[in-house]
Amino acid sequence: MNALSVQNLTVTYDKTPVLQKVGFEIPKGSLTGIIGPNGAGKSTLIKAILQLIPRISGDIQVYGKPYHRQRRLIGYVPQRSEVDWDFPTSALDVVLMGRYGHIGLIKRPGKKEIQIAKEALRKVGMEEYQDRQISQLSGGQQQRVFLARALAQDAQIYFMDEPFVGVDAATEKAIIQLMQEWKEEGKTVLVVHHDLQTVEDYFDHVLLLNKSPVGCGPTQKVFTMENLKQTYGGSLKFLGENSVVLQERV
Amino acid sequence: MFDLLSNANTQWVLIGSIMLGFASGVIGSFVLLKKQSLISDAMAHATLPGVGLMYIIFEYKSIPLFLIGATITALLATYSIQLIIKHSRIKTDAAIGSVLSVFFALGIVFLTYISKNTSGNRSGLDDFIFGQAASLVASDVRMITIGSAILIILSALFFKEFKITIFDPLYAMGLGLPVRFLNLVLLGLVVGIVVIGIQMVGVVLIAALLITPPLSARYWTDKLGRMTILSGVFGAVSGVAGTVISTIGEGLPTGPIIVLCASIIFLFSLLFGSKKGFIPKVVSTHEL
Ligand SMILES: Nc1ncnc2c1ncn2[C@@H]1O[C@H](COP(=O)(O)OP(=O)(O)OP(=O)(O)O)[C@@H](O)[C@H]1O
Ligand SMILES: [Mg+2]
Repeated sequence: MNALSVQNLTVTYDKTPVLQKVGFEIPKGSLTGIIGPNGAGKSTLIKAILQLIPRISGDIQVYGKPYHRQRRLIGYVPQRSEVDWDFPTSALDVVLMGRYGHIGLIKRPGKKEIQIAKEALRKVGMEEYQDRQISQLSGGQQQRVFLARALAQDAQIYFMDEPFVGVDAATEKAIIQLMQEWKEEGKTVLVVHHDLQTVEDYFDHVLLLNKSPVGCGPTQKVFTMENLKQTYGGSLKFLGENSVVLQERV
Repeated sequence: MFDLLSNANTQWVLIGSIMLGFASGVIGSFVLLKKQSLISDAMAHATLPGVGLMYIIFEYKSIPLFLIGATITALLATYSIQLIIKHSRIKTDAAIGSVLSVFFALGIVFLTYISKNTSGNRSGLDDFIFGQAASLVASDVRMITIGSAILIILSALFFKEFKITIFDPLYAMGLGLPVRFLNLVLLGLVVGIVVIGIQMVGVVLIAALLITPPLSARYWTDKLGRMTILSGVFGAVSGVAGTVISTIGEGLPTGPIIVLCASIIFLFSLLFGSKKGFIPKVVSTHEL
């Protein structure tokens, strides 16, 4: 079964098309890397799917039903740069936000919710920092807090926008581990990813994107030199050693 | 002087000033964190032409009518600012500044027109500029008190929702929370506090009463809940102190005194605040 199906998605900023007639399908329980050059529309794609920005056209289905009826099932880990880290709130408080959809309007988080949030922090190795003001966390720790929030949300499909930016190897490993666990639980994960070297290790599916999809499917089939050239166009020559690695395999 | 304070009407005015101060401290916390201090100042200044216009049209003093007029022009100013930002290359701060000036100037023109052309009881419309607690009658105070209570209750009800929509609006939308509706509620709270506050604090300084208490509170805590309550307390203390001082010193405008009190609290917090306050910071770096 397809966890996510996108058809004919077109998004424009000030009349310039950023995504054009994007269509693809993502099977349940897959780990998908969304790959493409800067400005390819990767972040825009995620925001459009989540209906955070308006779109010109497009039909988005989650488990065969329209997106807006399945909102509960979707978890989102935004790019770290997008929030105000000076905001007066603690790590635990941010993780609790993952529960707000479950708690419902107006009601306060109860003991159970706090327990879930603490458990999520523990899972990403951040339990010692639960009362820390968020600006006093390192970049990697902030990313872990976002991760814990997604974990607490207990979604079925996760979208993560560049979770590995500015984190150390240990944090990157922790994120990968969590993604693997999600996959084993039958959850579906889509990750915007920039490091071409690790794509084959991390993801069983890839979506190559440059305004419209160049390819989407199992990594083995889609992550080819040919497709990458098409995705990155002239900039492929900057890939250096990556392209050597790829050529050997092809 | 103590006779004055034991007067029943004065006591009600004091209660009103406490409630109003608390409400503006609470709502101001959200405004400050949402980085809307400037826009709320424009909104406040823009209430003046609304008040003046109502007096010109209906030719008598009616607080409910004034408040309706104030609400209309405040919203009009907000809308104009958004329109300018969206459809021109003018930057946000410039757009806010120019709308503020235009509306306030219009208000002054209306007030001047009224003082020249209408006969009889001029009804102290000038008091709306800097606020005058002494001019409040029982029904005004009741409106301020009940209005503030409603605003405080709404802030408490939507506390968790405001927190997430201000901190991370995209994530809140992703969760399916009604972010647009919540933004409207918050706008309503700001308009509400400005409109019920202008009689006591005045259009020029009501925004200062919104912003100074939360700025001070931020120096004492890293938790939004505590910041909001502390800010409310600072606002209440400023409100009541300002009202007492301006009542005793007859004729002193209330708004400037309230804001002076709030500024003293701010200065104290800036120096001694336990979080990022100047002196604790110096001390802790020396201990290292
Ligand atoms: N708010 C906006 N207004 C106008 N144009 C935008 C906006 N956001 C993005 N764009 C444009 O849309 C295109 C796609 O942007 P997007 O952020 O989706 O790219 P991306 O693939 O995520 O890039 P990156 O790898 O740098 O994160 C870019 O050309 C960008 O300039
Ligand atoms: Mg991006």
